[in-house]
Amino acid sequence: MGRSRTDLLVFIAKRLAVLPFVLLGIIAITFFFTHIAVRNPCASWIPHAHPGALQNCINYFGLNQPLTTQFVKYLSSLAAGNWGIDPLGGQPVAPVILAAVPATIELVLASLFLMVVIGIPLGVIAANSNGRWADHLVRVLYLSGWATPTYLGALVLAVIVGPAVGLPSGGAYTTSTPPFPQPTHFSVIDALLAGSPSGVADAFSHLILPATALAFLNMGIATRMTRSSMLEVLPLDYVKTARMKGLSDIFVVYKHALRNSLISTTTVLGITAGSLLSGTVVIEEIFRWPGMGDYAFNAITSYNFAGTIATVVIFALGVVIANLVADVLYGVLDPRVEWR
Amino acid sequence: MPAAIPTEEEASPLPDLPPPTPAPVVVRSPRAPWSSAVIGFLRVMRANPLTLAGFVLVVIICVSAIVVAAVPPLTQLLLGHALAATPYDPNMPTAALHQGPSFAHWFGTDELGRDMFSLVLAALPLDLAIGLSVTGFALIVGSGLGLVAGFWDKPRTLGGAVSTVIMRVTDVFLAFPSLVLALAVAATLGRSIFTTVLAVMVTWWPYYVRLTRGEVLAVKNLPYVTAARASGVSEVRILFRHVLRNILEPLTIYYTLDVGTVLVTFSTLSFVGVTGSITTPEWGQQVEFYQGLLPFYPWTVLAPGLAIFVTCLAFSLLGDGLRDILDPRSRRALIQAAQPSTLPAEVPAVAARGGGGAGA
Repeated sequence: MGRSRTDLLVFIAKRLAVLPFVLLGIIAITFFFTHIAVRNPCASWIPHAHPGALQNCINYFGLNQPLTTQFVKYLSSLAAGNWGIDPLGGQPVAPVILAAVPATIELVLASLFLMVVIGIPLGVIAANSNGRWADHLVRVLYLSGWATPTYLGALVLAVIVGPAVGLPSGGAYTTSTPPFPQPTHFSVIDALLAGSPSGVADAFSHLILPATALAFLNMGIATRMTRSSMLEVLPLDYVKTARMKGLSDIFVVYKHALRNSLISTTTVLGITAGSLLSGTVVIEEIFRWPGMGDYAFNAITSYNFAGTIATVVIFALGVVIANLVADVLYGVLDPRVEWR
Repeated sequence: MPAAIPTEEEASPLPDLPPPTPAPVVVRSPRAPWSSAVIGFLRVMRANPLTLAGFVLVVIICVSAIVVAAVPPLTQLLLGHALAATPYDPNMPTAALHQGPSFAHWFGTDELGRDMFSLVLAALPLDLAIGLSVTGFALIVGSGLGLVAGFWDKPRTLGGAVSTVIMRVTDVFLAFPSLVLALAVAATLGRSIFTTVLAVMVTWWPYYVRLTRGEVLAVKNLPYVTAARASGVSEVRILFRHVLRNILEPLTIYYTLDVGTVLVTFSTLSFVGVTGSITTPEWGQQVEFYQGLLPFYPWTVLAPGLAIFVTCLAFSLLGDGLRDILDPRSRRALIQAAQPSTLPAEVPAVAARGGGGAGA
């Protein structure tokens, strides 16, 4: 229990050791939920089907077996690396999902960047002018973001703001597939690798609106946390000391006070990962962003169970890893924290 | 006032004797407890205009919801609008269709000439009830589990085992992005408003478990709890009278903030269409229903959107303000910030000469 490198590694190892159990729990919950709630998805997969065809479908997917048997079968095929197939298209879900993951990560990272670059300074400004109009303005601003339903903000950005300022609001490129190879599936990185400046500009302009929508709606979390932890730090003696030493106000606020209050902001940003990932479901649907959220939505609503479980697991993995990274960063930033 | 009288009588059991020099006992306020709470509340509201705005909005929203739900004809009379959907009249003059906002139609009319304000108002009771009930359910279930998990967490006891199970299950649920889980639950259970509410409930309680457990852990070993236990107070009584009462503050704040969040989440689910067809007025469904009209008649989409926005904002403003005031650390900062210290402004000239170089 200390702060050595070994302690950190033990801490991370302990957290990762729990991960398989969490994932197993998530798989079990999602599996049983979907399979108990919808006993016969064949009828919705093939509407108006001949009874014989329905029976074939049930036999093919093993839906007439006991649920536990189905679950064990699913787990063993998962262990063999087979994530199941999409009953509507007939292809395996894994390659489709894995190709969609980078697009979602790109979207989330872009909006995280916006949240940090815009949200944190706003929080500092609010705390610094505590109780005055700038504080009230910032509070109204971030609470507005919080109170705007994701889909409404995204719709307004896509339908009204996008055309007004001339930014594209659908897909990741102007053409459905870019004229260059996609080794990484990160749209901007692919364009950079292909060395086409017009491709980079195209990919970048397509990223702006969805990332802004996602960031605006979650920015409040960063701003609110920065504001409240700045409020805690500003009256402390070391800040007063820094001021008394004659340091400039900006220097004191950004170098001394903000550095300390960023500790809690980092943790909160890690926790927003879940909220950001949830947001991608709606935002990708509206902006036709070719990511996981879009896929998850279609999989869930078309009773594509294999796809549903796989996307839910990947989303959950994202949340757990983001929380772990936030915890580790918290410890790295705050020298008082001991790894345990 | 009457509540204080017995207390004073108890305080002087021997009325015949001349009272000795008054003991340095804290004199109880002669006010009833609720009245001091009201005064504290008013002080809070005056200190922060945004919190006051949130409070006023919440009151207006709740009262209108009750009025709309209880006496629809009265609202129709008051507003002069048909509250429910007016039947489509094929002979209606086309000028009556899709009007912009005006004094007669505050939020304009839709493409069938229906008054948007009435449609939005008609959905208010349902949406508010959903927000309050889902958070209420999460508060009761989540906080109940959190209390148990936090209070009886000694390892190698039955309580410890139960606590571990609760926290592991909570961890699993916390790892789900809530909207995705709710979407999956709502889509598979069949599309209706009831299943969607159920889906949000299923995903909402884990946050309360974590919050409550953290608060219980912070409180349960404080000296006053130990003192209560030493004087023979039963564990259950300690849990409810001494622990729960002292963590009510953060729970109240979180609940207030959460009503709006639930509303937004529910309307998102309803927007993506898992609540089924539009038979009951609901804001998310209204946005979904009119979204194609957004470039042409934006008020049809913005009216229900604004309703969600204002409701959520009202609860958030109230909860945010309550947090600033009830949280002792933020309160201290607010008080210090309210009294502008002249020290930093005056001293630098002196200090800069003394030790200014050490700052970097």
